[in-house]
Amino acid sequence: MSNFRLFIMPILAVALAIATGAIIIALSGSSPVDAYKALIDGSLSDSRSIGRTLEKATPLVMGGLAVAFAFKAGLFNIGGQGQLVFGALIAGAVGYGITGLPWIIHTPLALLAGALAGAIWGAIPGILKSTRGAHEVITTIMLNFVALNMTDWLASKVWREEGVIVRTPHIEESAEIPRWGEIPTGFLLAVVIAFVCWYLLRSTTFGFEIKSVGLNPNAARYAGISVKKIVIMTMAISGLLAALGGAIETQGVVGRYEPGFNAGLGFEGITIALLARTHPLAVIPAAILIGAMEAGGSMMQFKADVSPEITDIIQALILIFVATPIIVRWFLSQKEANELSVSTTWGSS
Amino acid sequence: MSVKESKSIQQVLFSKRWWILTALILVIFTLWTAEFQEANTTAVLAGTLRHSTPLVLGAMCGLLCERSGVINIGIEGQMLMSAWGGFMVASTSGSLLLGLFAGIAIGMMMGGVLAGISVGLRGDQIIAGTVINIAAIGITSFFFSLGRTLPSGKTQVIKLGPLADIPVAGRVLFSNKPITFLTLLLIPTVWFLLFRTKWGLRTRAVGEHPSAAETVGVSVIGMRYLNVIMGGGIAGLAGAYLSLEAVGSFERGMTNGKGFVALAVMIFGRWNPVGAWGAALLFGYASAVQTQFQFRDWLTDDPQFIGIIPFVVTIVVLAGFVGRARPPASIGQPYSRE
Repeated sequence: MSNFRLFIMPILAVALAIATGAIIIALSGSSPVDAYKALIDGSLSDSRSIGRTLEKATPLVMGGLAVAFAFKAGLFNIGGQGQLVFGALIAGAVGYGITGLPWIIHTPLALLAGALAGAIWGAIPGILKSTRGAHEVITTIMLNFVALNMTDWLASKVWREEGVIVRTPHIEESAEIPRWGEIPTGFLLAVVIAFVCWYLLRSTTFGFEIKSVGLNPNAARYAGISVKKIVIMTMAISGLLAALGGAIETQGVVGRYEPGFNAGLGFEGITIALLARTHPLAVIPAAILIGAMEAGGSMMQFKADVSPEITDIIQALILIFVATPIIVRWFLSQKEANELSVSTTWGSS
Repeated sequence: MSVKESKSIQQVLFSKRWWILTALILVIFTLWTAEFQEANTTAVLAGTLRHSTPLVLGAMCGLLCERSGVINIGIEGQMLMSAWGGFMVASTSGSLLLGLFAGIAIGMMMGGVLAGISVGLRGDQIIAGTVINIAAIGITSFFFSLGRTLPSGKTQVIKLGPLADIPVAGRVLFSNKPITFLTLLLIPTVWFLLFRTKWGLRTRAVGEHPSAAETVGVSVIGMRYLNVIMGGGIAGLAGAYLSLEAVGSFERGMTNGKGFVALAVMIFGRWNPVGAWGAALLFGYASAVQTQFQFRDWLTDDPQFIGIIPFVVTIVVLAGFVGRARPPASIGQPYSRE
């Protein structure tokens, strides 16, 4: 497919969503022009707001990668939120609990611990799917609720800071990810990881196996690929990516874990992955777009008196326009449009 | 479904031994945690029924869709939108009945959105449902203003005359609020419609083998639209139940995963309304147990462990039963007349 078509489709979806969002803002009695002006003001106007946009975009890149990576194997990981909070909490615990290490060891150690927690949490739905046939869409969502309760409990009972506020103590300085001027280093890390994912999927045997399972599990099995192993591994890596987003957020932005951290169900990752058409590198600009909406949301409320939840609506609209094949089909052939399909049936494969 | 054979009572009892054992354990556990008091037992059973109502409604929404071949992962969003819409209408107009109708209407509209994307435009059904879930969170939060109340309060308990005075069973079954009664009527109705009417036969045919149904003159697209929209209406009833009958207000994300638990209930109930009711009661019990624990002062310091029970039960059920349950054959596949 030509590059022109590849780019025009998501841009059109975003434009349509922003236009529809403007109508909704106008209907709710505010000025869409003021609202969008404030949104841009709060997200892209100067180096500080751009830094904040990139900061917001960091966990979104990771969340988008997590969903996109799982998509390649035909899996739909909606458990990004649960994996993210586990990553954030464990990174916070390692970040404050271990002292006296130099930063060159402590920072990656905390990141890895968080990532590992997410990989384990992500592997559970993979195991349940490949051994018991439980559909990952339901199990990952259920595990989100379990994870929110468990991290809440761990933060309020096990690793709680003294005092009335339920949160973990601040991490050691040696575990903090510094900022590079206004640019959060964590964002650069996320970009590097996006490139790693791209390479892994494009140029390695493992990546080939993942894509084979995604395109046709039966053919993959016939070709000697262990579909069960690939499903579990893919879900584990997907969980790892989401959790790393949480760990970077803890170590680079918040400095500790607080319950209610990045609340919501992590649905942004789905929007971003689909907007990027599951391409790991396209996830980066898609995440920056959503990150800008989040960074500018509070300014929009402050200046134009528009509730920041409008960005949720715009995101849902983007998703609708991206995911509805008839809109896609104006620009793409039927075969290309079908590549967007993820549905398999319930139950055992 | 199964071949009819004559079985002796012993054989039947033996084949159902796990169910009987589970039921016995639950009964003993209930009585024990209720400290063998009538009032406590009644409260637990009533709590089970209360928690099961939105679940069985959600499950019936899901099974109407899936019996016709459409996966509805957006039940959660449909319920949330209806809970919000029903509440907004009831609080503005002051009429609970109007709120109820608004909730059902919004549910049907959301069903229309799902059907439009996944049946009409042949989009991916899972993504279509996810779109509904995300949109519902955004729309309900954006258009909700705090401080609204229901001028007339929540729906009131209706007692069915002397039946309501029967100890335990009467108080649990015959002294309920209107939407709960409606649900209890809807379960056999949906069962009858699905398994004893022409419409039900067509629905199931469309879900199992759409092209065969089409050759005998059944409109696959039409049946799917009808079922998904009707299902949306039932999900809307569940939403109205939450805001108008159970809580009496609207809260952000108040469905709290019930739409997804309902899917597990549907699978556990094997795509059958009566089976789904049984499953919903089991899940409702898992939630009602929370109150039990409070009676006994268990885990009151760690409410998080009680909070995860319904979700863990869902996962266990999916992992334990879905492999053996058989969904309608054409599920998840868009249909086009070629």
